[in-house]
Amino acid sequence: MGEMEQLRKEADSLKDQITAARKAVQDTTLQEAAAGVTVVGRVQMKTRKTLRGHLAKIYAMHWGTDSTLCVSASQDGKLIVWDSITTNKVNAIPLKSSWVMTCAYAPSGNLVACGGLDNMCSIYNLKGKDGNVKVMRELAAHTGYLSCCRFLSDSEIITSSGDCTCVLWDIETGTQKTVFAGHQGDCMSLAVSPDFKFFISGACDFTAKLWDIREGQCRQTFGGHESDINAIGFFPNGNAVITGSDDATCKLYDLRADQELITYQDSSIMCGVTSLAPSLSGRLLLAGYDDFNVNIWDALKAERVGVLAGHDNRVSCIGVSSDGMACCTGSWDSFLKIWN
Amino acid sequence: MSGSSNIVAMKKVVQQLRLEAGINRVKVSQAAADLQQFCLQHAQQDPLLTGMSSSNNPFRPQAVCSFL
Repeated sequence: MGEMEQLRKEADSLKDQITAARKAVQDTTLQEAAAGVTVVGRVQMKTRKTLRGHLAKIYAMHWGTDSTLCVSASQDGKLIVWDSITTNKVNAIPLKSSWVMTCAYAPSGNLVACGGLDNMCSIYNLKGKDGNVKVMRELAAHTGYLSCCRFLSDSEIITSSGDCTCVLWDIETGTQKTVFAGHQGDCMSLAVSPDFKFFISGACDFTAKLWDIREGQCRQTFGGHESDINAIGFFPNGNAVITGSDDATCKLYDLRADQELITYQDSSIMCGVTSLAPSLSGRLLLAGYDDFNVNIWDALKAERVGVLAGHDNRVSCIGVSSDGMACCTGSWDSFLKIWN
Repeated sequence: MSGSSNIVAMKKVVQQLRLEAGINRVKVSQAAADLQQFCLQHAQQDPLLTGMSSSNNPFRPQAVCSFL
């Protein structure tokens, strides 16, 4: 038998081993385990604020850690930092490349980042001495579009790219610290664990991967989706991962049981999931869809308990503030809405 | 030569699968119970779940009426 053939056999055998090991701990399902829990009552939220100012599709938004400021990115070529309570624009940053696909707010509040079809992640200093917001660093090395970025601190950021890799960067030196390779398709989204030790990535190979940031290794791979994963997030306790896909479903994977526990789907929902965010306790899962709506799911019972309808085009991004007080949606209709 | 680079790539795939196969797994009953417990424990501190009065809602300040 040739070496290649031998390796293929070994790979298949290991995949069967993983499937068997997962089945061996499947002594129940989340559905059964949560049978005694009552479904959450109908959740109704209202639009409390509409943030107007972008002139084209909004592709991304991210809350600052103070739960008041948030940043949004639009293909009108601007990053806008908003005070979500007053609706004032704190900063309006013109971008070199208008083809932006992602943005992020540093936990410190000092920096924001963005990137897109320019294959770069540009870091902006909001607290420069003369009050002007300038590009602080341009992180260039990806050979594909920048789909997502998230700061670990003011000195480190993780990016995901259409080149199928994720990268941990040193912002001071502008260099790659670690390249996380393994996905067989464009990486579309990433999320950092609450303890900052791990991150998860969702890709066009229909899988989600859990990465150990310091070891630089993929620890676990989760399959089951039947199309691209566009959105990913951690359940607030850091022990589970939620994904949203073009296959019109969201899935919850438990990291310690190493398997999918439940799927959030409805026969009436036939369009892709673009974005998702859990509420503070994890009980509610808010997911944005291509059909202009956000569906609110009871995360334990997998039942739809509410809808946020108010945008006139695809909901492209969603985020729940750190204090859990509000949800922000961004849309191709050029508006952001704050709901609670 | 593309033949040998395919073998190198395949060896990496096998190595990664070995790593993933070797992790410890917790029973689903335990994992599900922990998720439920987290949700229930934090339910009261989840404003989107419990709702809030307008006086507690920073996005909806209570209108102040004054007698003229």
